[in-house]
Amino acid sequence: MANQRVVVVGGGLAGLASTMKLAELGINVDLISLTPVKRSHSVCAQGGINSCNDQTRQLGDNEFKHFDDTVYGGDFLNHQPPVKEMADWAPKVIDLMDRLGVPFNRTGEGFIDRRRFGGTLYKRTAFAGATTGQQLLYALDEQVRRRESEGKVRKFEFWDFQGLIQDSTGRCRGVVAQDMVSMEMRSFPADAVVVATGGCGLVYGRSTMSVFCTGSAASRCFQAGAKYANGEFIQVHPTAIPGSDKLRLMSESARGEGGRVWVPRKPHDSRSPRDIPAADRYYFLEERYPEYGNLVPRDIATREIFDICVNEGLSVDDERMCVYLDLTHISKSELDRKLGGILEIYEKFQGVDPRIEPMRIFPAVHYSMGGLWADYVRTAAGGLEPGAPKNHMTNIEGLYAIGECDYHYHGANRLGANSLLSCIFTGLFTGPSIVNYIENQSEGHADLASSEIDSAVKKQQDRHDSLLKGDSSSDENPYLIHQELGDVMTRAATVVRRNDQLKDAIETVNELHERAMKVSLSDTGGWSNQNVLFSKSLQDMFPIAKCILQGALQRDECRGAHYKPEFQRPSLTAEDPAERRKQAEEWLDEFDKNNEKFLKSTIAEYDNASMKPKLSYEAVDTSLIQPRPRLYGLVGADIIEQVFKERAEAKKAGAAPAASA
Amino acid sequence: MIAFDQHAKRPEFINVRVKRQDGPGKEPYWQLFKIPYEPELNVITVLQRIAALGKDADGNKSFPVCWDCGCLEEVCGACTMVINGRVRQSCSALVDRLMEDNPDELVLEPMSKFPVIRDLMVDRSRLFRGLKRVKAWVPVDSYYDMGRGERQLREMQERNYPLSQCMSCGCCVEACPQYTKIELEQKPGESDEAFDARKNDAFDKAFVGPHAISQAMLFNNHPTGKALEGERLDALTAPGGIQACGNAQNCVAVCPKEIPLTTSIARAGRATTLHTIRKWFEK
Repeated sequence: MANQRVVVVGGGLAGLASTMKLAELGINVDLISLTPVKRSHSVCAQGGINSCNDQTRQLGDNEFKHFDDTVYGGDFLNHQPPVKEMADWAPKVIDLMDRLGVPFNRTGEGFIDRRRFGGTLYKRTAFAGATTGQQLLYALDEQVRRRESEGKVRKFEFWDFQGLIQDSTGRCRGVVAQDMVSMEMRSFPADAVVVATGGCGLVYGRSTMSVFCTGSAASRCFQAGAKYANGEFIQVHPTAIPGSDKLRLMSESARGEGGRVWVPRKPHDSRSPRDIPAADRYYFLEERYPEYGNLVPRDIATREIFDICVNEGLSVDDERMCVYLDLTHISKSELDRKLGGILEIYEKFQGVDPRIEPMRIFPAVHYSMGGLWADYVRTAAGGLEPGAPKNHMTNIEGLYAIGECDYHYHGANRLGANSLLSCIFTGLFTGPSIVNYIENQSEGHADLASSEIDSAVKKQQDRHDSLLKGDSSSDENPYLIHQELGDVMTRAATVVRRNDQLKDAIETVNELHERAMKVSLSDTGGWSNQNVLFSKSLQDMFPIAKCILQGALQRDECRGAHYKPEFQRPSLTAEDPAERRKQAEEWLDEFDKNNEKFLKSTIAEYDNASMKPKLSYEAVDTSLIQPRPRLYGLVGADIIEQVFKERAEAKKAGAAPAASA
Repeated sequence: MIAFDQHAKRPEFINVRVKRQDGPGKEPYWQLFKIPYEPELNVITVLQRIAALGKDADGNKSFPVCWDCGCLEEVCGACTMVINGRVRQSCSALVDRLMEDNPDELVLEPMSKFPVIRDLMVDRSRLFRGLKRVKAWVPVDSYYDMGRGERQLREMQERNYPLSQCMSCGCCVEACPQYTKIELEQKPGESDEAFDARKNDAFDKAFVGPHAISQAMLFNNHPTGKALEGERLDALTAPGGIQACGNAQNCVAVCPKEIPLTTSIARAGRATTLHTIRKWFEK
């Protein structure tokens, strides 16, 4: 088939990696993005990108350990074959980024420097100052610009993806998008479509995400029949700078480079932080987690900071909740070299120099581990089959999902510096899969019936027109509804989740959804109408918000970022060794029972009639590493671990598990 | 918690004067908005409040102001505009600080060197065209696994990294006296492709801008990027290249990332001179 064409929606790291790889493989690409791709949200990623490397290898690290850290950090909700493949590719991805000119920080001898990130004991993270995401994105943006000048890529920037074009068999044959300037609605027929549209932080009102991370593109696919998985797993980053328009990220690299989190032991101690002596400071992460210290996985750091402020009343500020993140013990020159970018952000937005005074930070919604369900083909060795057409295809034939908007790799909690990796990896890896898929099709983009194109465009045009016409009986303001949605979601579905609150939130969100469907626009014009574009994305936030809430409500357990105190497994209390062992046995019995019930992907399908998601559960492929309890900081962890190992060995030896004896 | 003068008296309301324009070729007009004062506002929040309010200072219903924004933490470059006469990102323009200089009102205008699309939103495609002109990329053979790149000394990374932080925001060209606005209109019957080609042609003859010169120097200093050094220097010696720079040095003064643009321009000046002489001898 000559002249194959793929539409890529989204120009962040995943979308750009996909575009350049497809172009290299000879495919023509239409790249659709609602912002100039160089301004995509990937620019906000700060800390770095992980892979095992020459140095860590000599300390005992390897790809398998990176894989293990990722699934352990993700509380085993990640399907293991894709993670294994990603970890295997990681060193190659960094080599390629190095060749593309990413200015990674260097050691004195000229090697790529590495730092340590959360959830691992190895220094795996390559970085370019504290703006690694920006630097990686620019390298890919440059390659796509190069392909664009060669004529292999057409960019459609300031175009908003509206919906899919599907033929009578349901296969995805292209997209409809709208020019955000002229408001023209247009079809983009394609042999395959890739969505790489990132996360959904705007569902929470304020988050660390960019303003266009509404999740509406994924939602439009979801409403067209694509499955959405693990929606309830939303990462709340432990350290952000609170602001009235945005919660600005303060990278984990601040802790990776030695930053220490503390609060004064005395509530609301009025002394300046510099005048508080060490004895009066509570370095609560270091005290509670001696092994990982300030670099425990994100979900744990977030809960501890939340706990210290909410339950222990030790917030630094009495008006607003925050703790200190302290870098003042590190030399200014080192800080500038390794963390310059993020320290500037703090200084610019807070007016305080973090080199002299500890920063004040608090957790914020940051990343969506869940996303569009996507398939993969496993090899006998446990990795992914290169070039298999099903890799990363959604349940809609011909529609692929990659990057943050798919649900793979990060399970119930993402490790720092793994997201840039998963985005670039999926973009590169799926190239040959998409090509193979296209080659197996008898009909391509040029063969699509014009009636099918027209009806898809008309559907979107009708939606647009009816919004402009408005509902004369209502004066709902989309911006105010968005604020309300953000408030409800932030209260009910972030760090701590309770079933009564989730139920209330579902009701409120249902009502808000109905109100959002009747918004009245102050701008009904036909030129650069941001009002109508925002209203559409607002309406499309609700299906995702409902997945998050319903998924959280039905999941009665604690797993990674999803924390329900009511279902938390307790620490061991017994002092007597025999009794303690018995408790550990029981603890592990409960652990197994819980996994049987909840170690499952949540799968949502949208019912357009009732405007509600329907949930079902799917087994997780844990065939490579047996799920084990995450015991960070738990009292009795040692004995539980010991019993767990004994049982695992007994199982291996074919003997009956000890507990059933 | 912002460390500005906590005791300064703050007004109840903030006056925001916005230069609006309904579309390309339309007459601009000023509109005044009044929003309640809150501490720690930035210009983004001000514009969000205006959108939620839906009316101007006289209580007349008004369209939300059209503007571009993205990351809100000054790394994407989207929200650039002219605020109280100075080009900058609106996310990092903090109202408390702006009011120390001008307590009466905030004045928001679109950048003047780009065609206005609507209100504060402008068409900056010429910036990206400039990057194509100087081939601002590393011409790798392929995206297959070919092992690592060349080892680089820290000194080189420290020279390149600042240049690589350019977010194509447009501040430098807004401040540059040699970079003048190019605004073309699509002719009746002209296809989008033909219009784009005509626009690119006009862009390619005009001054490429400090940001693009600096990117050319960045890639000429990369072990593989160097392969296109000659082509980049050809572009910079062509009309609209380095010789169009009038050395006003405004660019470096307004760059939000403090990129040493004039150092790049000086390096480009030396490199193009050598390049021209070399070419003359090779004739």
